[in-house]
Amino acid sequence: MLSDFLPLLLMLLIATGLAMTLLKAAELLGPRRPNRIKQKAYESGMDPIGTARERYSVKFYLVAMIFIVFDVEVVFLYPWAASFDEFMAAGQALPVLGIVFFFIAILAIGLLYDIKKGGLEFD
Amino acid sequence: MELAWYWTAAVAFLIINFLLVSASVLVYAERKVSGYIQARPGPNRVGPFGFLQPFADVLKLVLKENIVPLTANPFIHSLAPTLMVIIAMGAGGLIPFARGVVIADMEVSALVLLALTSISVYGVTLAGWSSNSKYSLLGGLRSSAQMISYELSMGMAVLSVVLLTGSLNLVEMVEAQQVGWGFFGWNIFRNPIGAVLFIVTAFAETNRTPFDLPEAEQELVGGYHTEYSGMKFGMFFLAEYVNFFVASFFIVTLFFGGYLLPFEPLIISAFPGLADSILLTVLQILTLVVKAGFFAFVFIWVRWTLPRFKYQQLMTLGWKYLLPISIVNAMVIAIVLAVLNAF
Repeated sequence: MLSDFLPLLLMLLIATGLAMTLLKAAELLGPRRPNRIKQKAYESGMDPIGTARERYSVKFYLVAMIFIVFDVEVVFLYPWAASFDEFMAAGQALPVLGIVFFFIAILAIGLLYDIKKGGLEFD
Repeated sequence: MELAWYWTAAVAFLIINFLLVSASVLVYAERKVSGYIQARPGPNRVGPFGFLQPFADVLKLVLKENIVPLTANPFIHSLAPTLMVIIAMGAGGLIPFARGVVIADMEVSALVLLALTSISVYGVTLAGWSSNSKYSLLGGLRSSAQMISYELSMGMAVLSVVLLTGSLNLVEMVEAQQVGWGFFGWNIFRNPIGAVLFIVTAFAETNRTPFDLPEAEQELVGGYHTEYSGMKFGMFFLAEYVNFFVASFFIVTLFFGGYLLPFEPLIISAFPGLADSILLTVLQILTLVVKAGFFAFVFIWVRWTLPRFKYQQLMTLGWKYLLPISIVNAMVIAIVLAVLNAF
């Protein structure tokens, strides 16, 4: 039922109101005396060298990509987990388990390959 | 139980206020507990025993100037802390506080919980990126990589509970733990490895020590909130404390019987008038808060006991140990369920 989600939406709306109030209160109550030195990015007290929007380690992209693969895997496993007792009641536990194990084995091989290739080494 | 929307709104408002107050109590508790762990008194100047310290802190934060770096992206710079507060508070709407007392009771509330926790990754990443400072960027990147890595193990730990319950509804997960007369139906006894995994990943997801790499002062100054000051910093701070309190609620809900009283059927058979009474609801809320308070204490205790991991240790633990263990754990539970069902 989609209407079951309405209370959560209400909760999020009230939380948004709270966050906005906090931001606004700080804006109204706090002083506003900006100057160039104060508004520099912090870099241990030195003038910042260049911008921070530079290239960074490709490792983070690798982690993000493997994450997506495994996150989708977990999403696919949820319907199975929620209805596993119905499969068992229908006497289909073994074939269903076999399929799930096959599915996980494929991904496990992928994870092993990634670990062997050093895709998750952060040094 | 169908309630008019304004009653739901009133209860939601109450819960948010409860979370706000408990966040300030937790800030006080953290400073006091850390004080005693380090053999010093902790805050004791503002009010009796320093009780008013968190309120003084909030007042100070609101009255501070909000400094936004000139090179930063101002809209995203404000969006990030707002998002963190909204997500932290919103997850509170999924907690079943007592039988029939829950704001959002949908078929898939466990999935919604995971979805909400993964949105908080955006808050951290956007905060790190929008500040346009090297420390912030590195802190945000590290933090997002850490959070997504541990999210997988958390998902698998929740999956093992879903297998035991056969439902994605948090209320049904709590009710399914009422087996027999005692508390041995709690999932901690049926799925101890899953419980440990969930607790460890909850530490990592809330960026608490020993997983507080994003804020490693020695290397990264303040991590993703280096460039935040005043109330915006206060919002990250608030979100952190609300997050770990809500996380302790979910640890209790999934593995420690949620709002169920220990020996609940025994108590009800001793006092038959208690069943379905308002007193039972109050007792259940109290039980839940006491259990969650214990885990909040564990969060604080661990923070002041264990040192921080190195980054490669963190990634190794997440990908090479926790993820395989959590998958194997879920599979073993499935096999055991199938075997028990066959005989």
